[in-house]
Amino acid sequence: MENINLKINGIDVTVPKGSTILEAARLANIEIPTLCFLKDINEIGACRVCVVELGNGRIVTSCVYPAEEGMEVFTNTPRVMESRKTTVELLLSNHNRTCLSCIRSGHCELQTLAKELGVEDEGLYDGLKTVSEPDFSAAHMVRDNSKCILCRRCVAVCDAYQSVSVIGANNRGFDTCIGSPFEMGLGDTACINCGQCIAVCPVGALYEKDATEEVFKAIADSEKHVVVQTAPAVRAALGEEFGLPIGTDVEGKMAASLRRLGFDAVFDTNFGADLTIMEEANELIERVQNGGVLPMITSCSPGWVRFCETYFPDMLDNLSSCKSPQTMQGAIIKSYYAEKKGIDSKDIVVVSVMPCTAKKFEIKRDHEDGTGYPDVDHVITTRELARMIRKGRINFTTLPNESFDNPLGESTGAGVIFGATGGVMEAALRTAVEKLTGETLDRPEFTEVRGMAGIKEASYNVGGMDVSVAVASGLANARKLLNMVKNGEKNYTFIEIMACPGGCINGGGQPQQPGYVRNTVDIPALRASALYKNDEAKTLRKSHENPEIQKLYSEYLGEPGSHKAHKLLHTEYVKRPVNKRFE
Amino acid sequence: MALKKPSVPFSGTAEQEAQLRQVIAELKDEPGSLMPIMQKAQDIYGYLPIEVQTIIAEETDTPLERIYGIATFYAQFALEPKGKYQISVCLGTACYVKGAAQILEKIENDLGIKSGQCTSDGKFSIDACRCIGACGLAPVMMINDEVYGRLTPDDIPGILAKYE
Repeated sequence: MENINLKINGIDVTVPKGSTILEAARLANIEIPTLCFLKDINEIGACRVCVVELGNGRIVTSCVYPAEEGMEVFTNTPRVMESRKTTVELLLSNHNRTCLSCIRSGHCELQTLAKELGVEDEGLYDGLKTVSEPDFSAAHMVRDNSKCILCRRCVAVCDAYQSVSVIGANNRGFDTCIGSPFEMGLGDTACINCGQCIAVCPVGALYEKDATEEVFKAIADSEKHVVVQTAPAVRAALGEEFGLPIGTDVEGKMAASLRRLGFDAVFDTNFGADLTIMEEANELIERVQNGGVLPMITSCSPGWVRFCETYFPDMLDNLSSCKSPQTMQGAIIKSYYAEKKGIDSKDIVVVSVMPCTAKKFEIKRDHEDGTGYPDVDHVITTRELARMIRKGRINFTTLPNESFDNPLGESTGAGVIFGATGGVMEAALRTAVEKLTGETLDRPEFTEVRGMAGIKEASYNVGGMDVSVAVASGLANARKLLNMVKNGEKNYTFIEIMACPGGCINGGGQPQQPGYVRNTVDIPALRASALYKNDEAKTLRKSHENPEIQKLYSEYLGEPGSHKAHKLLHTEYVKRPVNKRFE
Repeated sequence: MALKKPSVPFSGTAEQEAQLRQVIAELKDEPGSLMPIMQKAQDIYGYLPIEVQTIIAEETDTPLERIYGIATFYAQFALEPKGKYQISVCLGTACYVKGAAQILEKIENDLGIKSGQCTSDGKFSIDACRCIGACGLAPVMMINDEVYGRLTPDDIPGILAKYE
């Protein structure tokens, strides 16, 4: 590739032709602040925080301005810093500056910039303010446009990653606001609850509906037996909330912190993941052997399930009837565990800690109450758990490593990799291949389905039968893949789909990383590597080897796919319209 | 959040819908055809309510939000129908300094609607416009093609009564 040479802050830099000034500066290890910029998906030069000065005195936005041969760039002149400061002051002039009580206080990108740039009077340019009402209509989140800075990062992820596009910029000029068509609430749109918009929001305009108060209340209620379960991906990211490097596995400290918060039992959704594999592998084998609908598609990701119900309603028979690990586990807690412990199901409160905002929607779906009581009572995100830990004044980083409680804390390596794209596929293959061939795998790894590519394919010969599989993460990728399946271009036996790019590790409920980190570090890959290391360190790495799972079937459920298993562990789907009809 | 619905219920006919679907079928495969489709839809219906935008969204496989974003960005697109009698109050400089804002306010109050809206019986709609070239008569307004000049707020009830 052709290179060009330029000078940034007097330093000679050689970069590939076509680079922007921002990219060139990063190659030279010179940082330029950004706000609206998201690599590849929101390169719009709108916020003007990334301005730099050229040798000819022009001030330009470095995120979109191409680097040129012989160019001179200055990133930190007084004019540049004054311009950035004025930009931030103008943003603040129409910003609801209730920073002390704001959910993002302390890790807000606007607040950080204001501080860095030395803003002294946040009300310097105060004038007319846009008027807005917070939108509470969605099951999982709140939009508070009084905090919105119109960076459009949320719009970009909804469109580019998810191809859902239910939010956009409405009106123009001073009246511009991010919202849904005809100002309808998000809850009236075909939003699939993934929360990717929250994950990229630089300020406090978007946040999950907080359930921490209800959880604290349940814990304090002596009549209630409060059980917590943690999704695989949570352990790979929770540490970030407490300053640990991205990709640190904090499984032991997480279990310890939950115990210190006062939960009566600390279980691991990895158990539910192992259980899902037992049911799902059984369903797959049955479909293959009895001429059932293929390809079968995973159903663990509630964002994906709602997407399928909305955009591919004719493929609902392809969806596995398996509930997701959290509600499977919830149903087992309120039945098998309740019986074992001699506790009335009605006195059990199940709390799920999830990397996901769509899980808040999932627990309110029909058929998610196998025992007659809700499988799961409250879902809190990784961020909400971090909030609880801080509120409980638990010093997370100095906690000892503790284990989960038994029996529903026992899990295999197959369960933990559920949190990364390809993980469910790999876990299912580990069990299905051994079941179909009757032989033990030499190595449990199926590395072809690992990695952060949006669509992955692999073919295996299993006991003389060709099995072709595909894995997609990010719903724009899923849409692409399913369209190829529908028009006959591709043919698979089994497909794994996760709503969020990279899988649950990059879920909408995970810790928010600032734009600068998102743009320069492969966060999903780092978090995924924590899960694969966790898997590697385990002695048991196949779901069917989990002794507690074996016991659950022999003592309680019978066989995978049994009548009892169906009642507790399987669900149904409904068709949903893309555009709601209003009367 | 409240759905933004016009004060007048949608009364599109089967003929209008057939016409719109034909326009979309003709244009949708051309790149950049969304704006022309929206313009034609407005020609057919007079405005672009949710019912019409939803047809465009579904026939062109475009997210409704993208269409709504365009419809609210460009002043040429209306979300409210026009009344049988279209009132345009000039807010140009000359009219403004002569008290056009009070004229507009009086009309809004008397009809119970805001500028840009239509009364629920479909009779009157109000718009603010820029100079109509009759500055000598400031402040002025038009009702359909009729021009009314040298207005005071007290003139309004009498003028509106002529159209009842």
